[in-house]
Amino acid sequence: MTAVDDRPAPPAEAPRRRPNPLLGLLRNSWRQLTSMRTALVLLFLLAVAAIPGSVLPQRGVNPEDVRDYFVAHPELAPVLDRIGAFEAFGSVWFSAIYLLLFTSLIGCIAPRLRDHVRALRSKPPAAPKRLDRLPQHAVLAAPRDGAAAIAETLRRRRWRVVVRGDEVSAEKGYLKETGNLLFHSSLVFVLVGVALGSWYGWSGNKLLVAGEENAFCNTRQQYAESKLGPRVGSADLPGFCIRLDDFEARFLESGQPEFFDAEVTVDEADGGRRQANFSVNSPLRLDGANVYLLGHGYAPVIRYTDRFGKSQTSNFPFLTTGDVGLTSEGLAAFPDINVDPATGERDANLQMAFSGLYLPTAPAAAPFARSEYPAERNPALNLVAYRGNLGLDAGIPGSVYELDQRQVRAGKVREVGTKLLRKGETWKLDDGTTVEFLGTEPYITLSVRYDPGSTLLLVSSAVLLVGLMGSLFGRRRRVFFRVLPADPTSGSPTGGSSLVEAGGLPRTDHPGFADEFAQLVAAIGGDGRSDEEAGVDPDGGDRAGAREGAE
Amino acid sequence: MSALSDQLVSFAILAYLVAMISHAVEYALGNSRARSVAHARELVGAGVGAAGGVTSGVPVGTGASAAERTARRARLAGLVAVAATALGALLHLGALVTRGLAADRMPWGNMYEFVLTGTWIGVAAWLVVLWQRPQLRRLGLFLTLVMVLLVATAELVLYTPIVPLVPALNSYWFVIHVSTIVFASGIFLLGAVPAVAFLMRAGYEQGRRSFPYTLAKRLPAAAALERLTFTLHAFAFPVFTFAVIAGAIWAEAAWGRPWGWDPKETWSFISWVIYAGYLHARATPSVRRNVATWLAIAGFLTMLMNLFGVNIFFEGLHSYGGLD
Repeated sequence: MTAVDDRPAPPAEAPRRRPNPLLGLLRNSWRQLTSMRTALVLLFLLAVAAIPGSVLPQRGVNPEDVRDYFVAHPELAPVLDRIGAFEAFGSVWFSAIYLLLFTSLIGCIAPRLRDHVRALRSKPPAAPKRLDRLPQHAVLAAPRDGAAAIAETLRRRRWRVVVRGDEVSAEKGYLKETGNLLFHSSLVFVLVGVALGSWYGWSGNKLLVAGEENAFCNTRQQYAESKLGPRVGSADLPGFCIRLDDFEARFLESGQPEFFDAEVTVDEADGGRRQANFSVNSPLRLDGANVYLLGHGYAPVIRYTDRFGKSQTSNFPFLTTGDVGLTSEGLAAFPDINVDPATGERDANLQMAFSGLYLPTAPAAAPFARSEYPAERNPALNLVAYRGNLGLDAGIPGSVYELDQRQVRAGKVREVGTKLLRKGETWKLDDGTTVEFLGTEPYITLSVRYDPGSTLLLVSSAVLLVGLMGSLFGRRRRVFFRVLPADPTSGSPTGGSSLVEAGGLPRTDHPGFADEFAQLVAAIGGDGRSDEEAGVDPDGGDRAGAREGAE
Repeated sequence: MSALSDQLVSFAILAYLVAMISHAVEYALGNSRARSVAHARELVGAGVGAAGGVTSGVPVGTGASAAERTARRARLAGLVAVAATALGALLHLGALVTRGLAADRMPWGNMYEFVLTGTWIGVAAWLVVLWQRPQLRRLGLFLTLVMVLLVATAELVLYTPIVPLVPALNSYWFVIHVSTIVFASGIFLLGAVPAVAFLMRAGYEQGRRSFPYTLAKRLPAAAALERLTFTLHAFAFPVFTFAVIAGAIWAEAAWGRPWGWDPKETWSFISWVIYAGYLHARATPSVRRNVATWLAIAGFLTMLMNLFGVNIFFEGLHSYGGLD
């Protein structure tokens, strides 16, 4: 979108025909849209339109914050939601701006691409009549072979040269426009890459507890959240399975994490089984998906033995609460216990649930509310026991991480005690049943993603960068040389030998052009005679003009 | 080592302060050739009188020699300023190196270290500019002012004790991404100084004599300032582009997506778009240079917003500021 000085003027319209007003309007709108001014305004609008997306919480980034915002601003939030402020980067107004911008971009580069291809194939233009009118001008002694020698020197310096009789025209710096067009075209490809990713890509989040029985396979039902692009069906997900074998985390004394390593066994879609390790910054790359480590925590293993002596074990993950010490909270629910072995009947009012806090490093003394360190130095489980109908059979969707408070309020679930359990300790409840804290299993949170546009994104960004540098640092310029016929009547000290008149034209902003031109002229002039005889003469305009006038 | 680094930062601030004062002296003494002989004589007489109370014995000589003396002093002050800037840059570099040694990693792990490195890049680039275009020296007054403010802010407000990197930062991309971002930021920072100076000077050259324009009375010519602004931005923009792309590649490995509209990403997108707008506007003859330069300044404001605003006000994945 840089200014191009030699863009062909729009063809003049036929004077006699009355223009079609609709066509005229369309043509004018198109011209407006592809003008630099419009592009600049759109660029600025794009920048401004991106601001709300950083100020307001975004569903794509942090859905919990959006929920909190709705609670905090019950009046404003629905209005904002209607204009798409919580999905700002997918909203109509943001899309409109960038689509218009890209239309303008394509409308601008397409004709330039055509012109540039034409320019690449055409020869540098003929020398103008009056070289002394050009920004750079010099007169020098002609080298021995005249125009051919000049052309040779220019070619060695990688100019594109054409010799027309006694005239040499040369041009250099096509890379600028090439780079410019590459840059702008690759922007279009970046957008295509993003679009491919969102249409054909998918992603899912999964919390994975260590152990064979917790292994997960890549189907949509297994994900806590999943997002499939509009062109992806559930059947398109590659069928691999992952089992977490071990997870290692190391921390500094301050509790700041230092090192993570997840060890997994992968059953690939093609049937192969392999061990793999991955971590933050080094994802697990599978065929058709990448697995990223997002977080980790502990799943306390809790064994409950009911009044008939039957035991059940829960290793449901406790979610971290966001503090440095990894204080976690969660729920261990046992809905299918206290089944009478004689009748096979279950008393729904004798279901058990334990909600609580898990502290990997419990403080030395009460209150046992916050863990002091993220590793398990002094693990303790602070449990509250509930008995009653947990409401799980009602089929009402609820969180699996916390007790259904409606059941508590309705009096259907009753609190029966609170206790701090150390590892291996057993707690005997009022009805004689027991709870045992056996230990913990590590869990990790994973993001599994497939983005088919990423390769295109990478390649087009690399091309974009190369093009950008060509466009910024390339400089297009032309030089012309005209071997002047010897003038035996002048009686000049050169003894009638011929002179060369040189002119230079920087076609883009190029402050160093005067130096480059002087060097070039010196190189050509230094080919035969000394500079004293005819020499570089940057101010030779008058002399050359006088000679031209005399001819 | 960490304490040494902190001390070096203080000394660097002092050196920049000396440089700023010397630049101010040079600025105040001005260009003697532009003054009338009588004015120069009066000024010298008053100056000496204030200093020692001896006016009779001063060989005022011809007015021209007095003016020359003022010019010499101005030049001397300018040289002192440049020397102090260079000394400050050395101390500043020493502070960075010792900080890096003390932390056993590149000193770019939090906002304090980021600002410290970015400002150093700015000063170092300024010395390079001075080397190539000594006639722009007077711009140093504004530059050292900005440096004193930024480095002092870093030390007083942003200071963070040394801690190792969190695992998410522990990658070779850290060196690639952060070094290029900090480099580009330093050059953009330096580029904003001639941009502001250009706007003032251009106003002055157009005959405006109200407050901010009068400051530009003795600045280098507007065209030279504008050219420097463009050169710096044209240099920094591809570096910044590379840094953002490197960040996207890293984000793909660390967070599973190359681009996720995290606040930091959003604001670097905004900066990128605005700087792209500046480069386009400058290449378009129909857009006035003033307008284009305002875009460059807007771009720098978005960089500042990204550094300070996003670290302090927004929650995001790039929360490595180190402030609580």
